[in-house]
Amino acid sequence: MPTYQLKVNGTSQTVEVSEDTPLLWVLRDQLDLVGTKFGCGIAQCGACTVHVNGVATRSCSTTLAQIEDKEITTIEGLSEDGSHPVQVAWKEVDVPQCGYCQAGQIMTASAFLAQNANPTEDEIKNAMHGNICRCASYTRINKAVQNAAKNIES
Amino acid sequence: MQQKTLNLKAKTMSTTKPSNSLAFSRRSFMRTTSLASGGMLIGFNLFNSCKPKTEPSIDLASLNYNDFNAFIEIADNGAVTIYSPNPEIGQGVKTAMPMLIAEELDVAWKNVYVKQGVLDTENYTRQLAGGSQSLRLAWEPLRQTGATARQMLINAAATKWGVDASECTTNEGVISNSKGETLGYGEVVKEAAVLEVPEEVTLKEIKDFKIIGTDVGNVDIDKIITGKPLYGLDYKEEGMVYATVLRPPSFGQKLESFDASEAKSISGVIDVVKIGEGANALLDSEERNWTVVLGSSEKVVVIANSSWAAMKGKKALKAKWVVDSPLESTEMQDKKLIGLLDGNDFTTMREDGDVNKAFANADEVLERTYESPFLPHNCMEPMNFFANVTDDKIHLVGPIQTPEFAAQAVAAMLGRDVKDIHLEMTRMGGGFGRRLYGDFVYEAAEISNTIKKPVKLISSREDDMSMGVYRPAIKYRIKASVKDGEVTGYHIKEAAVNGNMYGLIPNFFPAGAIKNYKVDVANYKSNITTGAWRAPYTNFLAYAEQSFFDELAEVMKVDQVQMRLDLLEKVKGTTDERIQYSPERLQECIRTAAEKSGWGKSKDGVYQGFVAYYCHNSHVAEVAEAVIENGMPVIKKVTCVVDCGVVVNPLGAMNQIEGGVIDGVGHAMFGSFDFENGMPTAKNFDRYRLIRMNEAPEIETHLIQNEFAPTGLGEPTLPPAGGAVANALKAATGKRIYKQPFMQDPSFWKTPEKEILG
Repeated sequence: MPTYQLKVNGTSQTVEVSEDTPLLWVLRDQLDLVGTKFGCGIAQCGACTVHVNGVATRSCSTTLAQIEDKEITTIEGLSEDGSHPVQVAWKEVDVPQCGYCQAGQIMTASAFLAQNANPTEDEIKNAMHGNICRCASYTRINKAVQNAAKNIES
Repeated sequence: MQQKTLNLKAKTMSTTKPSNSLAFSRRSFMRTTSLASGGMLIGFNLFNSCKPKTEPSIDLASLNYNDFNAFIEIADNGAVTIYSPNPEIGQGVKTAMPMLIAEELDVAWKNVYVKQGVLDTENYTRQLAGGSQSLRLAWEPLRQTGATARQMLINAAATKWGVDASECTTNEGVISNSKGETLGYGEVVKEAAVLEVPEEVTLKEIKDFKIIGTDVGNVDIDKIITGKPLYGLDYKEEGMVYATVLRPPSFGQKLESFDASEAKSISGVIDVVKIGEGANALLDSEERNWTVVLGSSEKVVVIANSSWAAMKGKKALKAKWVVDSPLESTEMQDKKLIGLLDGNDFTTMREDGDVNKAFANADEVLERTYESPFLPHNCMEPMNFFANVTDDKIHLVGPIQTPEFAAQAVAAMLGRDVKDIHLEMTRMGGGFGRRLYGDFVYEAAEISNTIKKPVKLISSREDDMSMGVYRPAIKYRIKASVKDGEVTGYHIKEAAVNGNMYGLIPNFFPAGAIKNYKVDVANYKSNITTGAWRAPYTNFLAYAEQSFFDELAEVMKVDQVQMRLDLLEKVKGTTDERIQYSPERLQECIRTAAEKSGWGKSKDGVYQGFVAYYCHNSHVAEVAEAVIENGMPVIKKVTCVVDCGVVVNPLGAMNQIEGGVIDGVGHAMFGSFDFENGMPTAKNFDRYRLIRMNEAPEIETHLIQNEFAPTGLGEPTLPPAGGAVANALKAATGKRIYKQPFMQDPSFWKTPEKEILG
């Protein structure tokens, strides 16, 4: 089996997996980073979203060959202690119900706000449209992204 | 740990609040224990009734002394840990239930640490998430428990000081006497733990609450936002292997043979085994309980050292299936259900007066048929479970709404004592009713028992969507008569797959409001597994009835809101004990919703749809607003008014309400799930549409303030949403829809931009 060099949350890792193994399962099974969730496996729900060089990426449909030499950030690496403005906003608004999709929501929101620090409500809705929340906590996700934008600004 | 049981006199407590009060016996539910580590543990029991009744369903005095439902642990440093017994599926009980205890214990919420209790059939009871009953049933007992523990701490302090307990007060974990001396709870727990449990304690007045009624954040929030392991799929153990299960692709098929050679050649695949004997024996077993819902085919299991290898291995399996029973299609199901509605073979669940006479004498009769598809639950966390079956014990870990039933079934299946089972509940990535059924638990246990290893059963989304215990397809036919401006007759017929509405539903509104009233049901048995789905039956029935009301109001030429108020007026003062909804409370919701939404006064281009509904002991009214955008109606806003009694945690309650409404809107609009040749036509989110951010309407919520005991909130706001949407769509486009999902054929709704009178 081939080996791959990965840089995840600032740490270099070597993993040996079959070449078709999605990044999601390397993170969860090999690296014990289980914050990134499995939802659909076909890049439709967003539960597995991570950052690849700062870009929100579906880890369930990303192979290791595609990300070698790139910086991977997972929910565990977004901040050391939950202090990223998006995480803070998620707590302020008390977004989660079951909570399962929220890591993916937070990763999508944080990548989006890094590109657009002062979004309109429509821009937020469009940016978050790819992430399903089965509990339908959309009202709060929307509000939390708005709060996070304010937190980043101040 | 040495446990001390105290012998106490039984005492029936009087209740303090109107309605839904329960009398209970103290002896049945209290026990204290000194902890070897120092500190005190107090246990309590919730009533194990999950059906709303005015009296407890069991004789509480006969309860086993060991039947405790949760524990408070007070360490000698004063730290308070509350073990929350009930499964957390996103409904917020892990936060709200401990709030009830903390309130009466009189401790600061910031000093309370909440832990998930494990399944403990010796010490807990009704460890179940379902029916929106957790808080309703916990309201009195949990507060009594907190108050009892507080009184014991006071008694211990009073003894230490040599003063009368009645002169002592508490404030956030500190006891004071009249001289101004103070003792922290931690300083007296050792003494308190060996005191007799007081027979009578006084509960706080609602106006004195410090925690109940305040916004309390989710107790797991820090773990959720930082991605800590919380869910079943996150659970790992040394030596654990992964298992994927190949089940028949169609309902009605059975495994004939399989070829595992290619699967076994995949790197990481350890073995391929067959299971099913155990599950089949369970299906035939007398110890089978209602949560055992699964197919009878044998299954092929791939065992691997990683999730990915297990998934790949499953894809590489080659299996032959034989048809064992008819492969159903949506077309065939539709014909069967319509056939049932057209026929005469019904079970009558409620009958008042004579509907046929009312129809014969009517000025006008309206009859409509409403149709719904099957629905998968689609919990975001696909079904999974960890099992490690050894000769010593059976260790089960994962997401399950009915841990007690699952443990009993596993014990029966493996011929083991239920005491051998140690079941840990994880936080669940959604429940919605799917995890009431433990098929994946039995499979995991059978796999571990076969391979003698700790194993984690995992599912793909495709597995999850095609191994469902679905909401069954249902059709309703409703017929009503109008005479001299009054509704004189109302006849509802239900045709469903596998089973019919539960016994409370025929007594929901409008039962009691119409003189001649009849509820008839029929079903046919399908090989497709079906079960509860968030707000079973009412999730579709509310739309059918409330859409029908809307049309009936048109026929009667009365305002939709006024019509409902008038009907409810007739229920007031009813002596019919089957009627559990309150016409006064529902009227208040209706009036509030009409006022807050500006009913009848909406802006140009905004079209409203009205619904009022009662289920899960809560009263709800919703007003949906549609506008036309690019020639299509779009739901922009829903005003939701809820009377669920005292709101324990408004922050969590608002989340449940908003989520319930949007979930209801989403499934009514988009939830499409057909079968062809016994197989679902959608197996993942590319073909199955769930509501997303862009389609979610704004939700404006209003909670009715009163002092009634809390009622359900995980489900009640979902059912009315579909009806509110349908009625708003009618107002916006002039078209009525009689079938869910509403957006199955978007061209049906294509509307000129100009205003149309609805």
